[in-house]
Amino acid sequence: MITKRIIPCLDVKDGRVVKGVNFLGLNDVSDPVGLAQYYSDHGADELVFYDITASHEGRKLFTDILTRVAEQIFIPLTVGGGINTVEDFDRVLKCGADKVSVNSGAIRNPALIREAARLYGDQCVVLSVDAKRVDGQFRVFAKGGREDTGMDAIEWIRRGVADGAGEIVLNSIDTDGVKQGFDLEMLDAVCNAVNVPVIASGGAGCAADFVTLFQTLPKVDAGLAASIFHFGEVEIPALKQTLAEHGILVRR
Amino acid sequence: MIAIVDYGVGNLFSLKSSLKRIGAEAVVSGEAEVLRAADKIILPGVGAFEDAAAKLRASGLADVVVSEAKAGKPLLGICLGMQLLFEKSMEYGEHPGLGLLSGTIEDLTPDIPADLKVPHIGWNALHIEKPHPLLREVQDGDCVYFVHSFYARPGASTIATAEYGTAVTAAVAEANVMGCQFHPEKSGEVGLKILRAFCEMEAVS
Repeated sequence: MITKRIIPCLDVKDGRVVKGVNFLGLNDVSDPVGLAQYYSDHGADELVFYDITASHEGRKLFTDILTRVAEQIFIPLTVGGGINTVEDFDRVLKCGADKVSVNSGAIRNPALIREAARLYGDQCVVLSVDAKRVDGQFRVFAKGGREDTGMDAIEWIRRGVADGAGEIVLNSIDTDGVKQGFDLEMLDAVCNAVNVPVIASGGAGCAADFVTLFQTLPKVDAGLAASIFHFGEVEIPALKQTLAEHGILVRR
Repeated sequence: MIAIVDYGVGNLFSLKSSLKRIGAEAVVSGEAEVLRAADKIILPGVGAFEDAAAKLRASGLADVVVSEAKAGKPLLGICLGMQLLFEKSMEYGEHPGLGLLSGTIEDLTPDIPADLKVPHIGWNALHIEKPHPLLREVQDGDCVYFVHSFYARPGASTIATAEYGTAVTAAVAEANVMGCQFHPEKSGEVGLKILRAFCEMEAVS
């Protein structure tokens, strides 16, 4: 049977990984290529690269880095950040991305999902959603979680899947950064609404949070995190060992 | 020299990079002469069967791939490229494949429990059904990366399967014609071992 995926997320700005990282044996801890290689060698099942650059030069730098990563790392690569048009899909796919994640770009232009899915296949289109509780509703937030769109997250995700999104990354703003565990309630609502893979993001603080995630919600396919991996608070081989001891299938 | 067939389907960047990594000399080409001159051929593919089969035929390369395979040149189909090796696919209608392997590509959905998601996407364990040089360095239980919604039921050419509510054909081989349903170029070290095994295989004549 399919294994649960563990996915580190690398935020890249002006060619460097942001958020300090500190790994033994890794000289340049903010070099995206070196860090990606480290994760690939240490059990990551997939990598997400998030381009948080605003400038045109930064964007060019990002695609150069992506190309170098894809030349060396042979696990699935998802790319997000600044994806607003099918030309953006084309740009990162040509550099070796396997999947492309859309967020604000799809909020601004919902037709983007359908258009990209038709051109590149559903499996290529990842809908990333930042959601937060507002008035008893899960609400979609745009612009990196700063702007309330007023849209219901469950409805938005259902619509995205109907339009061709092949995977959902659900980032709960309510649990993000708190390190008290994933947002099980919100994830459960999403898992019950759609039948495509759901990747949990936001809130993981320790290995036990991943155990709880997969035991409580067997329908969740993957757990994504950034800083706990970057800071070495959770090491992926040890995390997978813990998951396996709890009877959760992982790739070893 | 290994020729990766370029017929306008899918992203060949990773495949090319992975062959480079293992030190194999590879060229991405849509020219019949290059395919004929190559020692081995890799047939990639993603997307819909009908569209890919049509593009392969329209490019004139379908006949080249078939005749080279029939002449004994090692051929490896990857993902949809593996499916194209079969007689036909039932993906949105009935569409003929290259007919190098007997069998039909079927819809996965009705064959598996309703709670399992389709596409079958992610890392799944290989079960070796028949030892084969392609899998010489693969251990039973090694995980590889799958992304597909249609599949071949295990048949005469199946050498490895993966369990996903049913036994899914993961790798096939019949003489010099081989295929992987999964993506070896996205399957980490295990995938590179499989590509290396193919690249180092002696040609069957």
